[in-house]
Amino acid sequence: MSALKFILQKEFKQIFRDKGMLPIIFVMPIMQLMVLSFAATFDVKNIQLEVVDRDHSQLSQSLIEKYVASEYFNLVHFKHATDTKGTSLQEGSVNISLEIPNDFEKNIMQKTPVTLSAKVNAIDGMTAGISASYAQSIIQEFREEFVKANIGLFEQQNTPFEINFSMQNWYNATLDYKFYMVPGLLVLLVSMIGMFLTSMNIVKEKEIGTIEQLNVTPITKGEFIIGKVLPFWCIGMFVLSLGLTIAKLVFSVPMQGPIYLIFLFAMLYLFVVLGIGLFISTLADTQQQSMFIAWFFMVIFVLLSGMFTPIENMPVWAQKITLLNPFRYFIEVMRSVLLKGATWDDVKMNFFIIGIYAIVINTMSVLAYRKTNG
Amino acid sequence: MNSEKIIETTKLTKAFGSFKAVNEITFDVKKGEIFGFLGANGAGKSTAMKMLTGLLSPTSGEATVAGFDVFTQQEKIKKNIGYMSQKFSLYDDLSLLENIKFFGGIYGLSKEQLNERGTAMIERLGLSDVSHKLLKEVPLGWKQKIAFSVATLHQPKIVFLDEPTGGVDPITRRQFWEMIYEAADNGTTVFVTTHYMDEAEYCNRISMMVDGRIAGYGSPKELKADFKSDNMDEVFVKIARGENYKIQ
Ligand SMILES: Nc1ncnc2c1ncn2[C@@H]1O[C@H](COP(=O)(O)OP(=O)(O)OP(=O)(O)O)[C@@H](O)[C@H]1O
Ligand SMILES: [Mg+2]
Repeated sequence: MSALKFILQKEFKQIFRDKGMLPIIFVMPIMQLMVLSFAATFDVKNIQLEVVDRDHSQLSQSLIEKYVASEYFNLVHFKHATDTKGTSLQEGSVNISLEIPNDFEKNIMQKTPVTLSAKVNAIDGMTAGISASYAQSIIQEFREEFVKANIGLFEQQNTPFEINFSMQNWYNATLDYKFYMVPGLLVLLVSMIGMFLTSMNIVKEKEIGTIEQLNVTPITKGEFIIGKVLPFWCIGMFVLSLGLTIAKLVFSVPMQGPIYLIFLFAMLYLFVVLGIGLFISTLADTQQQSMFIAWFFMVIFVLLSGMFTPIENMPVWAQKITLLNPFRYFIEVMRSVLLKGATWDDVKMNFFIIGIYAIVINTMSVLAYRKTNG
Repeated sequence: MNSEKIIETTKLTKAFGSFKAVNEITFDVKKGEIFGFLGANGAGKSTAMKMLTGLLSPTSGEATVAGFDVFTQQEKIKKNIGYMSQKFSLYDDLSLLENIKFFGGIYGLSKEQLNERGTAMIERLGLSDVSHKLLKEVPLGWKQKIAFSVATLHQPKIVFLDEPTGGVDPITRRQFWEMIYEAADNGTTVFVTTHYMDEAEYCNRISMMVDGRIAGYGSPKELKADFKSDNMDEVFVKIARGENYKIQ
C-alpha cells in the first residue's frame, strides 16, 4: 500500500497545478448559487385560489377577503362545507386550495391553535413554492392585524394565538423557493465533481499515454483506483462544505436537522458518483467522449431526481426509474435534513440504498478497469 | 552474457479481429544481451512488445518473460521489467525529481534508495540545474534520456525500449546508446525497437519483422552474410522486398 502514498502525492500536485482546477473548485459553487438567487426572485401573480370554507364565520370571511384583496390571488372557486372534495386541483385549474376548518373562529377566540390546510399544485415546482409562501404570508398578516385589533383580548396572555399552516404535497411551504432549490444544487455540484473530474482525469492519462506507463508497473488496481478517487473525494467534501456555508450565510437556508447527517451521507454518496466517473473512464478513450457520456448520465439523473419536478408528480414509470437514481436519494436527505429537520431514523433507508449502490458501482468499475488490454 | 534465455516465445500471435498484427513469432532473448527489434511502420513491433510487457493479452502461442507466463503472470512480469513507450509518457506537469520520486516510489524503492539513485541519475545526466523544472520545459532529447533513466531506476532485469531514439538528433542518439551499453554492462537485458539500421549494428542480435512475421533473425554479422550485404540497410531493403525470405 505504500504505492498509494506516492499516487496521492502526485494526484494532488497535478490537480492543484492545473490552472483550470481552482476556478472549478471555488468559483463554480459560488456562481451556481448566486445565479440561483436571481432565478428565485421571480414574482408569481394570478395564483388561482380555491377556498373551502367550513366555518362560515365572520373571521373566516375576513380572511378570505384578505386573499381577494391581494394582488397575487384570484379566487376562482368557493366551496361550502357541504361540498364534497373536488378535483379542481388535479385538473390544474387551481394552483392552491385552502381549507378553513370549522370552529376556526371559535378556536381563535379561545386561543386554541388552529390549523389551516392548504393543498398546492406542485407540478410547477417554482410557482408552487412561491404561491405557498405568499399564501402563508397573508395568513401571517391576518394574524398580526387581528392581534392588534383585539389587543384587549390578548394582552394578558403569554401564549399568542397560533394559526398553523399545514401543507400537503409540499413540505417546503413556509419557505422560499430558493430554500427548496439550494439543497438540489448542492447535490448537483458535488455530483459533477465526482462524475466529470474523475472520468476526465483518468481519460486524460489515456490520451497522453501515461496510463500505459502506470499499467506496466506492479501497481495494483486498488491502489490506482483509490489514488485516483480519493483526491476528488476530498474536493467533493470541500465543495459541499463551501456550498453549505454559502447557503447558510448568503441565503439563510434553514438547517433544521443535524448537519452531520448530510456530511455522513455525502461521504458515502461521493463514492457512488466517483465510481460512476471511474466507470465512464473505462468506456471512453478521449476526454470529449467522457464528457459526452458524463453529460448523458447527468441530464437523466437531474431530470429524474425530483430537483425540479417533485417525484410524486411524475408518471408512475418515471417514478420507478427514480429509484435507481443516486441523485434522488441525496436530494431527499438534503431537503429533509435541512428543511424538515429529519433525523437518522428518517433517512437511514437512504443510507442503506446508497451504500449498496456504492458497493455495486465500484465493483463494476474495478472489474471494468484493466491493466492488461484485450 | 550467458546463454540463459530470459525471454522466449513460440508462435506468439496477436489478432485484432481477423487482422494478425503479430503472426506466430518465435524467438528468444538471452540474459544480458541487447536485442534489437526492427521493422517498418506497422510491422507489429509495438504490439509484440506490449504482449511481452503484460500490457496486451496475446491471442495464441506461448511466451515467458523473466520466467513468467505472459498469459497468466503478467503482474509478476511487471515487477521485473522496465518499459519506455514509443510515446513519451512521463508526467509533463511534474518536475524531473517528482517523476523520479513517483515512479521509483510505486516500484517500492525506499526513501534512501530514491534519494541515492535519484541524485546519481541527475548527476549522470548533467541535469542538476533543471531537476526542479516541469518536464514540459525540457527539450525532447533530454526527455528521452530521462525516460530511459526512470525506466531503469528500479534496476529491472529487462528493459523494453520502444523506439527510444525516434526524432532525436545524432549526438543525443549516440549518448543514448552509451546509456544502453552501460545498462547492459550492469547485467540488464535490453530489448529495443528501432527504425535506424545503423542502430541495428549496435545490437548483439536482432530480429526483423515484416507484416507481423519475423523475416530475419540473428546477429548483424550473420544477417549480413545470409543476405550477402555490406550493411544492415541493404539487409533491411532485401528483407522488406521479400527477397530470400528466411525464417529461422
Ligand atoms: N488496438 C489495435 N486495434 C487494431 N489494430 C491495431 C491495434 N494496435 C495496433 N494495430 C495495428 O497493428 C499493426 C501493427 O502495429 P504496431 O504499432 O505494433 O506497429 P509498429 O511496428 O510498432 O509500427 P511503428 O513503427 O509505426 O511504431 C498496425 O497495422 C496497427 O494499425
Ligand atoms: Mg511502434
